[in-house]
Amino acid sequence: MQTSSRLVKWLISAPPLAFLLIFFAAPSLIMIFTSFRLPGEFGGLAPVHVLPGDTTVDSGLTIETYQFFFSDFIYFEIFLKSFTVAALTTVICIAMAYPLALLIARSEKKFRNLMIMLVVLPFASNFLIRIYAWMIILGPESVLSHMINNVLAVFGIAPVTLLFSPFAVLIGMIYVHLPFMILPLYTNLEKHDPILLDAAQDLGANGWQRFWYVTWPQSLPGIFSGSALVFIPVLGMFAIPDILGGTGDIMIGNLIKDQFLGTRDWPFGSTLSIMLTLAVLGIAGLFSWLAKPLTRIT
Amino acid sequence: MPSFRAKQPAALWVVAILVYAFLYIPLIIVIVFSFNDSKLNAEWVGFTLHWYNALLHNHEMLLAARNSLIIAVSASFLATVLGTMAGLAIHRYKLKVLPVLAFTPVAMPEILLGVSLLLFFLQVLNLTLGMLSIIIAHTTFSIGFVAIIVRARLQGMDESIFEAARDLGATPWQTFRQITLPLIRPAIIAGALMSFTLSIDDFVITFFTKGIGEPILPIQIYTMIKVAVTPEVNAVSTLLMLLTLTLIIIATRFDNSMLGKS
Repeated sequence: MQTSSRLVKWLISAPPLAFLLIFFAAPSLIMIFTSFRLPGEFGGLAPVHVLPGDTTVDSGLTIETYQFFFSDFIYFEIFLKSFTVAALTTVICIAMAYPLALLIARSEKKFRNLMIMLVVLPFASNFLIRIYAWMIILGPESVLSHMINNVLAVFGIAPVTLLFSPFAVLIGMIYVHLPFMILPLYTNLEKHDPILLDAAQDLGANGWQRFWYVTWPQSLPGIFSGSALVFIPVLGMFAIPDILGGTGDIMIGNLIKDQFLGTRDWPFGSTLSIMLTLAVLGIAGLFSWLAKPLTRIT
Repeated sequence: MPSFRAKQPAALWVVAILVYAFLYIPLIIVIVFSFNDSKLNAEWVGFTLHWYNALLHNHEMLLAARNSLIIAVSASFLATVLGTMAGLAIHRYKLKVLPVLAFTPVAMPEILLGVSLLLFFLQVLNLTLGMLSIIIAHTTFSIGFVAIIVRARLQGMDESIFEAARDLGATPWQTFRQITLPLIRPAIIAGALMSFTLSIDDFVITFFTKGIGEPILPIQIYTMIKVAVTPEVNAVSTLLMLLTLTLIIIATRFDNSMLGKS
């Protein structure tokens, strides 16, 4: 029995483990390794020269790409801009998701699943299509553009272009990531015991006080997990700035994409990817640290 | 007495309806314009099926759809088998490495998996990028999704069923075939449909692991959006929406733990 159950354990865990070690762990290590190499003349990596008779072994490893990253202010600026976009998206998503999640959580049980389904459905459609939809809405010939510019014209303000702007990028980011905020918030709010609100009301708390002293503190873990789910993908996004943004709206993701598919500087692309990974780990750690003491109380 | 529960403030309803409108209006616009008899996505001119007809004669697009279908079927098959194993193993044993390897690709920005696989395929395996590299890449990120769905199903089950089977002298294999598998079947089907949808929709990872030559659906759509927007994009978008919506609805019929997958 002992050996056969050990065999079962091995049989079901070895295949996925082997696949993921080869196609997830190894590529990640290769990326770390590549970041310490130098780019080749025509893309790829510079060859490692070992001269005959030379006793010093040249590993081909260097921290040059990291020095380059920290020497140019422009990269710091793009990282900062990406963090700003991610933070703005997260805050706006919280503001939009909270009322809806609260309403769903307090609706009758039979309506909840339908209301959540209605949140999930649009996010089941293709990611590119959802971005493309905003190209139509924000385009120069669109109803929205005409309306805004007609209003601006009344005040004598020159017409604005909505598409290919930081504004368009932000809208796209919010649109694509909003469900990731609504779902964890709803999951949290749905678990709240309504008896606490009854008690608060009996003690004379008005609607606002009941929200601020009872519901809001309990919902913080939901907010933090939703924030992680929004902040992290936004930080690494390249398609939305690429499609909806102008030339000046590039983020970390676009920078990485250019290194791999444009200039073909793999080592610098890897360095940027590792910087992004560190940022993601930091953010994920921060949000789970923020949520932890709270879950213990509630 | 508990008035706040019976009736929600009107302001909450207003915001909620606006958020739903924000979620749906863009997609409705795409669908409506796919039937619009105008080259511009600006105003409604008249009804036509012209863009769907043009799509049927777009050889490149049909090839892309075929390729994407092959990739999605292969990747979702692999991911379902490996992901089910992973879900079972993670639920049953105290494993340290497998959960990290399975769940990290789900949580991290897609671009990181895309570029690291690109490096690995070209630098280590010396593989010519194409359908195979895309299938492997899609499998890698889908395993975690399937494992999450299968594990959620297992967590909701009564452990005593397995103990009873063991007490009655069932071998591990018999327990698996006759007890575990039938019980987790809905989760496996939901996971398969989920990974199929993820594969056919994926843009970022496909973008980095695609070769030159074979057209792939999301890449084809990306090119159409970037280079020349024609209402054909609306038509292909509408059809793709119809496909994924159907799959998602079927998947949730089998297992609604997917709704809480995040």
